[in-house]
Amino acid sequence: MSPQFHGVAEFLAMGGHGPYVWSAYGVALVVLVWLVVQPLRRRAAILKSVRQVLAREGNR
Amino acid sequence: MHPVRKRRLLVVVFIVVVSSIGIGLATYALRQNMNLFYTPSQVVAGTVPEDVRIRVGGMVVRDSVMRAAGSLGVSFRLTDGNGELLVHYTGILPDLFAEGQAAVAAGYLRSGPALEADQVLAKHDENYTPPEVVDAMKTGHAARAAREADAQGSSTP
Amino acid sequence: MARKWQWFHRLGSPPGFYRASGYWLPWLAVAAALLLGVGLVWGLVYAPPDARQGNSFRIIYIHVPVSFLALAGYYVMAAAGAVHLIWRMKLADMVMTAAAPLGAALTFLALWSGAVWGKPTWGTYWVWDARITSMLVLLFLYLGMVALRLGFSNREAAGRACAVLALVGTVNIPIIYKSVDWWYSLHQPATIRLTAAPSMHPDMFKPLLVMIVGFYVFYALVLILNTRAEILARERRTGWVRDLAAGRNQR
Repeated sequence: MSPQFHGVAEFLAMGGHGPYVWSAYGVALVVLVWLVVQPLRRRAAILKSVRQVLAREGNR
Repeated sequence: MHPVRKRRLLVVVFIVVVSSIGIGLATYALRQNMNLFYTPSQVVAGTVPEDVRIRVGGMVVRDSVMRAAGSLGVSFRLTDGNGELLVHYTGILPDLFAEGQAAVAAGYLRSGPALEADQVLAKHDENYTPPEVVDAMKTGHAARAAREADAQGSSTP
Repeated sequence: MARKWQWFHRLGSPPGFYRASGYWLPWLAVAAALLLGVGLVWGLVYAPPDARQGNSFRIIYIHVPVSFLALAGYYVMAAAGAVHLIWRMKLADMVMTAAAPLGAALTFLALWSGAVWGKPTWGTYWVWDARITSMLVLLFLYLGMVALRLGFSNREAAGRACAVLALVGTVNIPIIYKSVDWWYSLHQPATIRLTAAPSMHPDMFKPLLVMIVGFYVFYALVLILNTRAEILARERRTGWVRDLAAGRNQR
């Protein structure tokens, strides 16, 4: 098994199909990262708001 | 199972079955419209509406592609094994368009019958093969054909 | 109640699931990253190009796995809906809620990667083909699930309405699968079948298999992440979430 491309330029060109291949993989990468980051941020935001509620109750 | 849950389970089964039947009947009624294209034999048999834009799909007949000199005009025949249809098209063909491969042409039917296409799409199959394997298969076929020709030549005196 | 069901009831309770899934997450994340990384490099760099399509065929390594999960994810969502309808299980409703945006994102990716693959191979980005149109219906079903949830102020009613929509929509999944066999379609038939060898050279098929397994793990990872966020959002006023936020003897 050996690489099918000689050099980075050839790899990026994808035999003339570069724009199609890379737009498919680029959009997929953005969406997949968003899928992982979004619930983590939501979780952090919820825990933060719960902590704020606890702090307010503690001050009373 | 608890009787209340049993009733709910029946409701769930009911929803799935009823919607399946409903959508099944709808797709059955629409079955011709669900097809992307007609076949050449349907066109030859005259079962295809005229004066509306239709799509015809089939195999591009080998040695039927004729390119007009000095323009993008091209004509070829599509077949489904039973009937053939002539297609005229002016424009750039997709990369995968080739003789002996499937294609779908869209346009209006003219007398003849012939299809005056304004769009030609290539249809590819579900087989994926590396180029070296294709080359090896071609050489293999050629070698076998040569052997068979040899064998026939020697058996007939 | 039989003792063997105890683990199930513990896992079926939102805090129990939250705690248990916390231990699974690192393993799932590492497995998904490894499988997707290996599959991606293998598919993009080492797999041979297709004899007819050239390198545009490499889009298959993203298109087929996301399409698989877009369909399988609908069954996950509908099964969770059925469990919620029958047993009124809170966790099932949360899983159903978590599966909808994830499925919509994967269906969008399947349509997008299919469009940019269609242009160099078929000669068009889009065609109103039975396979592609039924996939678009799937996207609207997923988006409808998200919208329906937002449309209700009563959570109980929203859960039941979403479960019914999810169950009705399951009809679409076999239609998507079989559309290329039932009707004349521009889309090619399935390459991978349960009943036959794949119509693909092994050098091209192995990286595809790695990507598919990788996407299954990725799906499980994101579904659990979404479910955990949903659990916290719904139980934010309970004692255990307060303890968790304050960092008191919790994971």
